[in-house]
Amino acid sequence: MAAPLSYLGVGLDRPRVGVFEFTSCEGCQLQLVNNEATLLDFLNLIELVNFREAMSERSDDYDIALVEGSISRADEVARLKEIRTNARLLVALGSCACFGGVNQLKNRFGDLDWVKKKVYGDFPIASQEVRPLADFVAVDLMIYGCPPKKEEIEKVVTNLVVGKKVAMPKYPVCMECKANENICLFTLGEPCLGPITRAGCDAWCPNHRRGCWGCRGPAEAANVRELEAIMARHGFSREAMLDRLECFGGFSSQVAALRGQPRRPRKARSSKRS
Amino acid sequence: MKRSRTIQLNHLPRVEGHGNIHIRVQQGKVVEARWEVVETPRFFEAMLIGKLWENAPYLCGRICGICSIGHTLASIRAVENAFGIVPSEQTTTLRLLLKHMETLQSHILHLYFLAAPDFLGVGSLLALTQSHPTEVQRALRLKLLANDACDLIGGRRLHPTRTVVGGFTMLPEKAQLEHLAQRLAAAQEDLAAAADLFGGFTIPHFARETEFVSLKGDHDYPFIGGELISSDGVIKKEDEYQAMTNEYCAEGFTAKLSRLSRDSYAVGALARLNNNFGHLHPAARTVAKRLGLAPVNHNPFMANLAQLVECVHVVHDSLSLIKKLLRRKRQAPRVALKPRKGYGVGAVEVPRGILYHAYEFDQEGRIVKADCVIPTSQNHANIQHDLQALARQWAAQGQADADIELLAQMLVRAYDPCISCSVH
Ligand code: SF4
Ligand code: SF4
Ligand code: SF4
Repeated sequence: MAAPLSYLGVGLDRPRVGVFEFTSCEGCQLQLVNNEATLLDFLNLIELVNFREAMSERSDDYDIALVEGSISRADEVARLKEIRTNARLLVALGSCACFGGVNQLKNRFGDLDWVKKKVYGDFPIASQEVRPLADFVAVDLMIYGCPPKKEEIEKVVTNLVVGKKVAMPKYPVCMECKANENICLFTLGEPCLGPITRAGCDAWCPNHRRGCWGCRGPAEAANVRELEAIMARHGFSREAMLDRLECFGGFSSQVAALRGQPRRPRKARSSKRS
Repeated sequence: MKRSRTIQLNHLPRVEGHGNIHIRVQQGKVVEARWEVVETPRFFEAMLIGKLWENAPYLCGRICGICSIGHTLASIRAVENAFGIVPSEQTTTLRLLLKHMETLQSHILHLYFLAAPDFLGVGSLLALTQSHPTEVQRALRLKLLANDACDLIGGRRLHPTRTVVGGFTMLPEKAQLEHLAQRLAAAQEDLAAAADLFGGFTIPHFARETEFVSLKGDHDYPFIGGELISSDGVIKKEDEYQAMTNEYCAEGFTAKLSRLSRDSYAVGALARLNNNFGHLHPAARTVAKRLGLAPVNHNPFMANLAQLVECVHVVHDSLSLIKKLLRRKRQAPRVALKPRKGYGVGAVEVPRGILYHAYEFDQEGRIVKADCVIPTSQNHANIQHDLQALARQWAAQGQADADIELLAQMLVRAYDPCISCSVH
């Protein structure tokens, strides 16, 4: 008889899975049910015990927690810690969970009160700086992407179930893009972060003639200086590059190095309509 | 039976986002019935400030995972209106087709995954895989078709890649469109069966008169741009949307709320259908009649059936749109653009109701001000008022707690709320 399957010490005989969300668009979870062709097989492989968005039943007894979203309020920190205590494996699902995602763009102003006022005026609203899950709890695995590939989510969970090691590519999107024989977007006049972004999405955006905005975060040997040179050579502004680099939070240290201080937007305060 | 009881339901399941229901009954009288929205805000309207125009559709699509296509299209329309860009007829047709496929995807998801389990007495679609395997297969087939179509036209079913200001980065091939038309034609049978299934459900008996707000159709059932209308007789231009939405903040809601002629109004499939019934495809009108749905219908639970009617409409209309695309000569995928100082509004009917994006730009096309008004935030006050009226009705009838709890959940679900979207 084969030895019982396990991964990182977790016995994996039809594991109990919970799906949770914090500050997010809930798109990552949607990707789970977007796999119509294989959904029923997939659901056979696991025991879904907590998935608020799709089912009424709830249980705190689960092996794997798939957690979507970033953390931006005190009650979320408490809820995340509780999930960490209950789960044997905690998987960060998507760029919000891994890096803060688009939500972290509000951090760049370095002035939370200004941000709140801009949207809610004087109405009191609780919110804190947006952080990824790993700033509060240990994260066992990250599934990158905004959105993550639905095939990848299934593959990662399946690998966990059968006890296979889950390895994410470390090379850049350009490798996949070239393998797909796409025309490089730089020659079509559009900026692209493919040279420095972690692959694994099969060059999803360049396949559709859309530049990569770096949603999966940096590839292993990401060389931002070199990207800067490529951008300059093709006549793209530093601003266009920074817009992409700071979009999902994966390149936050590189952006901080390039940008220096957090800044207030130009014009924002002189707007007549404010 | 007169007694005191409290129903407290935190983080309501089978809805998108986080909301609570709180009902308190004393001596058979409702002292409290509250719909509470506790979702964490994301501050999109602030995060856009200072960014170049091209960030708007890219970021704003991420307001919502379920209707990312609708957000992207509303955002693109606002930018195009600000810059004075008129998209080609090909672009307009493809965008509407894409919009239709998102509507189909989202409505099927809601009808089968979120709403149907209540009517069939189970907790999730998972249970239905055992008891109703044919229906589940049908739901997955329809959803897959819609999602594949979104991939084909928008590049990706979620956070689309091909949709840009000025048009599309790439176009679908002729053969792909022909294949899509075949699948859509075949889907009509599945939708007829869906109408049989949902037509057999017992819709809770309840009505509360309210105001319905949507786009105003001139010749067609409206989805993208145009005038705004309310069932109380208000008509406004697209860029006067704030006179329709009148947003305000209230305790217990991290989303903003809206009102117009009354304390609350409703948007969504039922509002669209009530305001534009005559523009529905004849086949959709036939299904509506069969389901007992005629304007003006004030039962919020009927929104489920209105979604089904819209599924029939969008499938028929998509077939005409594809025919039109195949007939015409192919044009360039996108038009050139030049940013300019200005203000633009984009109003789009997304699955849950009318959505507005509005931006103000400086000369270089940087965002100076951004405003997004979400369908679900417009519905929150209406849900609140419905919940109060319903609780009163049930308390008077002395219904069991479990029944009240279920019906209250079904009421909120009938609005198909997208709560994280409403607290963008
Ligand atoms: S990572 Fe992207 S798809 Fe996932 S929740 Fe965040 S914004 Fe949505
Ligand atoms: S399009 Fe982007 S990902 Fe593809 S080769 Fe060019 S830079 Fe690399
Ligand atoms: S190409 Fe870039 S932006 Fe697009 S999915 Fe891949 S990593 Fe994300």
